[in-house]
Amino acid sequence: MAEDNVILRVDNLVKHFPITRGIVFQKQVGAVHAVDGISFVIKRGETLGLVGESGCGKSTTGRTVLQLYRPTSGSVVFDGVDLVKLKGEDLRHMRRKMQMIFQDPYASLNPRMTVGEIVGESLVVHKVAKKNEIEDRVANLLELVGLNPAFSSRYPHEFSGGQRQRIGVARALALQPALIVCDEPISALDVSIQAQVVNLLEDLQKQFNLTYLFIAHDLSMVRHISKQVAVMYLGVLVELTDRNELYSQPLHPYTQALLSAVPIPDPVADSKRHRTILEGDVPSPVNPPSGCRFRTRCPIAEAQCAESRPEFRELRPGHFVACHLAK
Amino acid sequence: MPDLLLDVQGLETQFKTPDGIVHAVNGVSFGLKEGETLGLVGESGCGKTVTMLSVLRLIPSPPGKIAAGKAFFLGQDLLQASNEEIRHVRGAQISMVFQDPMTSLNPVLTIGMQLSESLILHLGMHKQRALERAAELLEMVGIPKAKDRLSDYPHQFSGGMRQRVMIAMALSCSPQILIADEPTTALDVTIQAQIIELVKRLRDELGMAIVWITHDLGVVAGMAQRVLVMYGGYIIEEALVNELYSNLQHPYTIGLMGSLPRLDEEGHHRLVSIDGQPPILYEKPNHCPFEPRCTYAIERCKNENPPLEMIAQDHHVACWVDTKTGSAR
Repeated sequence: MAEDNVILRVDNLVKHFPITRGIVFQKQVGAVHAVDGISFVIKRGETLGLVGESGCGKSTTGRTVLQLYRPTSGSVVFDGVDLVKLKGEDLRHMRRKMQMIFQDPYASLNPRMTVGEIVGESLVVHKVAKKNEIEDRVANLLELVGLNPAFSSRYPHEFSGGQRQRIGVARALALQPALIVCDEPISALDVSIQAQVVNLLEDLQKQFNLTYLFIAHDLSMVRHISKQVAVMYLGVLVELTDRNELYSQPLHPYTQALLSAVPIPDPVADSKRHRTILEGDVPSPVNPPSGCRFRTRCPIAEAQCAESRPEFRELRPGHFVACHLAK
Repeated sequence: MPDLLLDVQGLETQFKTPDGIVHAVNGVSFGLKEGETLGLVGESGCGKTVTMLSVLRLIPSPPGKIAAGKAFFLGQDLLQASNEEIRHVRGAQISMVFQDPMTSLNPVLTIGMQLSESLILHLGMHKQRALERAAELLEMVGIPKAKDRLSDYPHQFSGGMRQRVMIAMALSCSPQILIADEPTTALDVTIQAQIIELVKRLRDELGMAIVWITHDLGVVAGMAQRVLVMYGGYIIEEALVNELYSNLQHPYTIGLMGSLPRLDEEGHHRLVSIDGQPPILYEKPNHCPFEPRCTYAIERCKNENPPLEMIAQDHHVACWVDTKTGSAR
């Protein structure tokens, strides 16, 4: 029964980027282990938050799910179809149903195209609307995201960051997708504008029963918008559970440290908190640590953590964690 | 007031642009006590960075111009000081850590050279002695194998490490005031926590005053003793940290707080968003600069710009409306 509701099932997804040497005859000398075997499911109409620090592979995950990068191995089943096996026209057809909102609203809109052309481009490419209908569709989309339809003849530089991100949202909605990958859609925006965009995303989700894969590094915003939250570290998922459970009972030491590092805007509550400060930086994904990838920074690591990679196991119903020591 | 280390009065800074004169800072006054940590909060373009750059006379001129005001540091008005005099203050007695550790270090000079530069310049140390001191400083900010790393270049350091280097550089001459301009914004949360802990530790050890510029009300809560909130080049609320967070007064501060999702929130609330965008002021407004976005606004807000007034002990607000009751003050 619940299976019917699953819109996206990612299974053991791996994406390695080759490192090559040589100018004419390129030889692979290593690989960046950007994503190294992650699995999750998202149900229709829900939001999965994917959090982690820069360089942990969360954006690569989002792009590999959409087949913007072809995975090294693993499967991505979307709407009952394994996207990894598709190519050409079949894949293009599936792309209509999945869209992306990018992080930087200053870099993700073509400065030489008008807003109308940007939002309407996918309608033209996928031939879903006639020429004379496009203008109306674009006007509707702009209205939907809270912009004046008369703006469609303007260029991106005439808009503020928040407005540009709304244009990005309108573009993603044009083909009436089922899944939208939001890759840090708000981290380039000011605080008061962030709230505007998040509220817009929530309203649209309700209106169109959209499914989001919401990628962010801001734990409090992810908690706010997501139903399920997955925590990623150096290419692997370390914890996945319901948002309330994750924040009230984090099991993985990395999640615990991440949560304790988030500043709370309340001096009284903040002074009472116990803080775990992690030492050092995230290791390089070219040569990740053996066994558990977090062990080099983990405050409770033991000998076994260096020997075997912890299994991503369901410790409690619906609560997955990859740690030898979690109980 | 003799106990003020830095006393800024009526500071006004303007920038000449093709579209007109932008009023970035409009009569800002505040004091900084010895050893105090002051949080300066606001969104991009509200004038928080320009305020502190003006105090150090780091505003590029033209197009920038400090139109009015005084900034007393140890009895000397920095805005009237000669270039020679201000050079002795900058980097030595008042130093600054910038936002982006990726771009604020010189990529073609070694860390050792960049660190020893101000020691040689301000303290007249010999090169050898300066390099030794540089290694001590790196150790102090928690960089392992400090001696070996002096000959490394910035690209060999990670973002968090570079910010540590920046802090070491700022502290090299034992300044009385450290200005930190969004030092953790470009960093990850766990690295941000490391840097905040480091600055707190150094503050307690060295006893300097800190001005911490940020847009993050969360960071300020755990760090500052007093908070200034800026909007449109004005200080619109000023209070001690506990007073501010327990008794928010200005509609903008309330909105800013409401738009933050809380890690400790129960259930699901819709975020309070502030509609519209921050203004660019081409002339001094004769209305409250926040009025167009304000949900509490009354008639008077359209015609008069409210001054900063004391509403409780150590709590100043610039607003015509008492937001607790919704009626005029």
